[in-house]
Amino acid sequence: MSEPHTLAAPADDLFTFWPRHQEALYARLESKHAWLEERHGLGDGRVHDALEHEMTLNIGPQHPATHGVLRAVVKLDGETIERCVIDIGYLHRGTEKLAEHKTYQEFMPYTDRMDYIAPYAYNVGWCLAVEKLAAIEVPERAQWIRMIGSELARLSSHMLWMGVGLMDAGAVSVFLWAFQAREDIYKIMDEIAGARFTVSHSRIGGVANDLTPEALRLIRDFVDRYPDIINGWRKLLTRNRIWMDRNVGIGVLTADEAIALGMRGPNLRGSGIAHDIRLFEPYLKYADVDFTIPTRTEGDSYARYLCRMEEMLESIAIIRQCLERIKPGPIRNDDGRKAVVSKDQAYYSMEGMIQDFMYTSEGVCPPRGAHTYAAIEAPKGELGFYLTSDGTGQPFRARINTPSFANLQGLEHLMEGAQMGDMVVLIGTVDPVLGDSDK
Amino acid sequence: MLASFIPLFLQILMAAGLAYTLLIAAKKLGPKRPNAVKTMAYESGMDPVGTARDRYSVKFYLVAMIFIVFDVEVVFLYPWAVTFREFLTRSPQLGLFVLGVVGVFLAVLTLGLVYDIKKGGLEF
Amino acid sequence: MDLPLYWVALIGFAIINFFLVSASVLVYYERKVSGWIQNRPGPNRVGPWGFLQPFADVAKLIFKEDISPTASSPFIHSLAPVLMVTIAMTTAALIPFARGFVIVDTEVSALLVLALTSIAVYGVTLAGWSSNSKFSLLGGLRSSAQMISYELAMGLSVLTVVLITGSLRLVDIVEYQNGPGAWGILGWNVFRAPIAALIFIVTAFAETNRAPFDLPEAEQELVGGYHTEYSGMKFGMFFLAEYVNFFVASFVIVTLFFGGYLLPWEDALLSALPGLKDSVLLGVLQVLSLLLKAAFFAFVFIWVRWTLPRFKYQQLMTLGWKMLLPIALANVVLYALFFTFKALLGWGG
Repeated sequence: MSEPHTLAAPADDLFTFWPRHQEALYARLESKHAWLEERHGLGDGRVHDALEHEMTLNIGPQHPATHGVLRAVVKLDGETIERCVIDIGYLHRGTEKLAEHKTYQEFMPYTDRMDYIAPYAYNVGWCLAVEKLAAIEVPERAQWIRMIGSELARLSSHMLWMGVGLMDAGAVSVFLWAFQAREDIYKIMDEIAGARFTVSHSRIGGVANDLTPEALRLIRDFVDRYPDIINGWRKLLTRNRIWMDRNVGIGVLTADEAIALGMRGPNLRGSGIAHDIRLFEPYLKYADVDFTIPTRTEGDSYARYLCRMEEMLESIAIIRQCLERIKPGPIRNDDGRKAVVSKDQAYYSMEGMIQDFMYTSEGVCPPRGAHTYAAIEAPKGELGFYLTSDGTGQPFRARINTPSFANLQGLEHLMEGAQMGDMVVLIGTVDPVLGDSDK
Repeated sequence: MLASFIPLFLQILMAAGLAYTLLIAAKKLGPKRPNAVKTMAYESGMDPVGTARDRYSVKFYLVAMIFIVFDVEVVFLYPWAVTFREFLTRSPQLGLFVLGVVGVFLAVLTLGLVYDIKKGGLEF
Repeated sequence: MDLPLYWVALIGFAIINFFLVSASVLVYYERKVSGWIQNRPGPNRVGPWGFLQPFADVAKLIFKEDISPTASSPFIHSLAPVLMVTIAMTTAALIPFARGFVIVDTEVSALLVLALTSIAVYGVTLAGWSSNSKFSLLGGLRSSAQMISYELAMGLSVLTVVLITGSLRLVDIVEYQNGPGAWGILGWNVFRAPIAALIFIVTAFAETNRAPFDLPEAEQELVGGYHTEYSGMKFGMFFLAEYVNFFVASFVIVTLFFGGYLLPWEDALLSALPGLKDSVLLGVLQVLSLLLKAAFFAFVFIWVRWTLPRFKYQQLMTLGWKMLLPIALANVVLYALFFTFKALLGWGG
């Protein structure tokens, strides 16, 4: 890492951060040269063509293909990307620091804003971490509801990946179809949680409210209709000559490379490593449902595409099983110190009112010194929360291990040596959400 | 012969006139409030690094050169294509001879293409 | 043409206006068709069924600020869109709209079409270079590479047609396709030279920079490519040129391969209704027939654009040089051989 990333800047140097950062970034582009020569075998004897001239180009932060505010500084030789440096942090909001000043429950809506494509999974991840920290049990029905929500979030995320990935490759129609499908998921979320986008449905110790009959009907309808629709997309794309040519053999990551670069989720599974938290460290009720982890061994962009497409179908299968298994019952922990009480209790009973007040002002207080790491399989890969408690209602430290951040580490490696036209496909295949990676 | 081209030039004049009118109309009617940031070249929201007028990778010109060679040869084929069937109707044997001549030409052309592909001149 | 010059000028002016309006209609058509493909209504606010949307867009573009980057070359920056529109509108004049209704009727119209298409490359390249922006430069370079690569295959597929018809005059090419009697539409060149027709259609997509060959624009990678730095009406002119270009390309496809202005089974129709011959009605019908056919190809252009992903640069060049060019070349040789043997063995007429 270059020096601007160290935090020991004197106060009067604060305003020079930006120029120094820029300078260091472009310098990094140059200093990579020696390493690249070695990698491409340019160092041994081959004369560098004097007529070749490289061009430094900023792709992002304001660029349509960068899925937000990702910045890739590339050195171009013709259409070939010789060197690439990824710069993130343009959407940094200090989420981890914010967590230290919120109660555990208060922080939950912030997780919506991290991966805004799949907020439900992030709510669940946060709640599971806090529940593990404070040893709070969650009723079974709430766990099934959380699973349904998480899988819907996965579908929503993968649909957006597909739509945006295809749009980047030039097929705009698929983008709009994907958004139509996501609209159905939004409708379900609206019915489940009362919010379409930032759902904030999960609560510590349970969920905010039960599934309504209408919500169940919508989910059943979704589960019935969508396998056909997803298969229709696959029919359009999987054997599409142009789409295949743009993906097969592009951005190849071997299993070792994928591990070394810390790739997660479908990016890892596309390289032949069948790693999925849902199966290997089951949380919620994943141990009780049947599903497979789509894995491919090719490691290219096309393999990742196939993995994600199959994952969508798996998610639907999981939701279907959840709907079969879900039974009536409580949806929140009954202990007023562990979970927020229901509105009925808060409004109509004295104890309920007091508990609600205490919960809101102080919240759950895990024991002093407790610390935990809890991870879930978010749509984009492993999402982990590391929490340390000092015995108060607010986390002493919260660290968030986000999949997009990890996956973006591999992007530099993928981009170098690729073509300008591959760039958009590669960013799409890594599937970063900058709100997630920048926190 | 040349007279048949007069409408073409007329058309070019009128089309250019239309384009020019559009340009002037936009210039006269649109607002003019430039500022330094607005008139800066676009580079994804960053200040442009270096200039776009620098020397750029030469590979493209190779394609351009190959194109010139082939394009000129294709142009040579046009007169032949126009008259070939006339030759044939006049005398098939003469047509065969003409085909032989053009065949040699085409063979050289094809050989050139194969050479280009083998040589990697068309690897991008 | 024996018409007086001012008359020619007037028709030419009418044609320009026709294409101006048809570009607007095409924009509307494209947005509606893409709307249907994408399960959405498309423009429906300005005017009945949103029909006036493109006109509203033009008005907006004219009244928008025309930003030219400080680092650009102002003259060339303005010249490029003018060049594009001029070329697009001039090519339109070469098309025979009905029997005896063609503005520029030269011996070498087919060559002129190719020549004018080549000049369009300059518009794109100059636009890319003069903006002094890297994205524009990349777009400009890509487009020149793409257009010249596909011009060869295009030229060779036209060559096949020329070989068959023995003329470079578009009117002759159209008339040649008039199949006798019940043969009707089988006389169209698409049935005489299907491979050439296919190659020509593919290359027409590439030459007009339409998807899946829209790499010079490539919104996602190059942010608009050569017209990144264009705003207001200058951008509007590129837009106009694009739509006129692909409509003209549809006309050229129809003229070369799909019987041009000929009505289907025109010969049979005329022998059934002798009164129709030399009547104004026939002319009107021919114009309509040409328009319908061209509208169909315009639809194909739109359909393909909203269905397929974009090619990658190498794929595009590989397709152009290693697939289309050899096939087109072989196709020409094949037809030459066929005609020779036909003459030698004395088959048919």
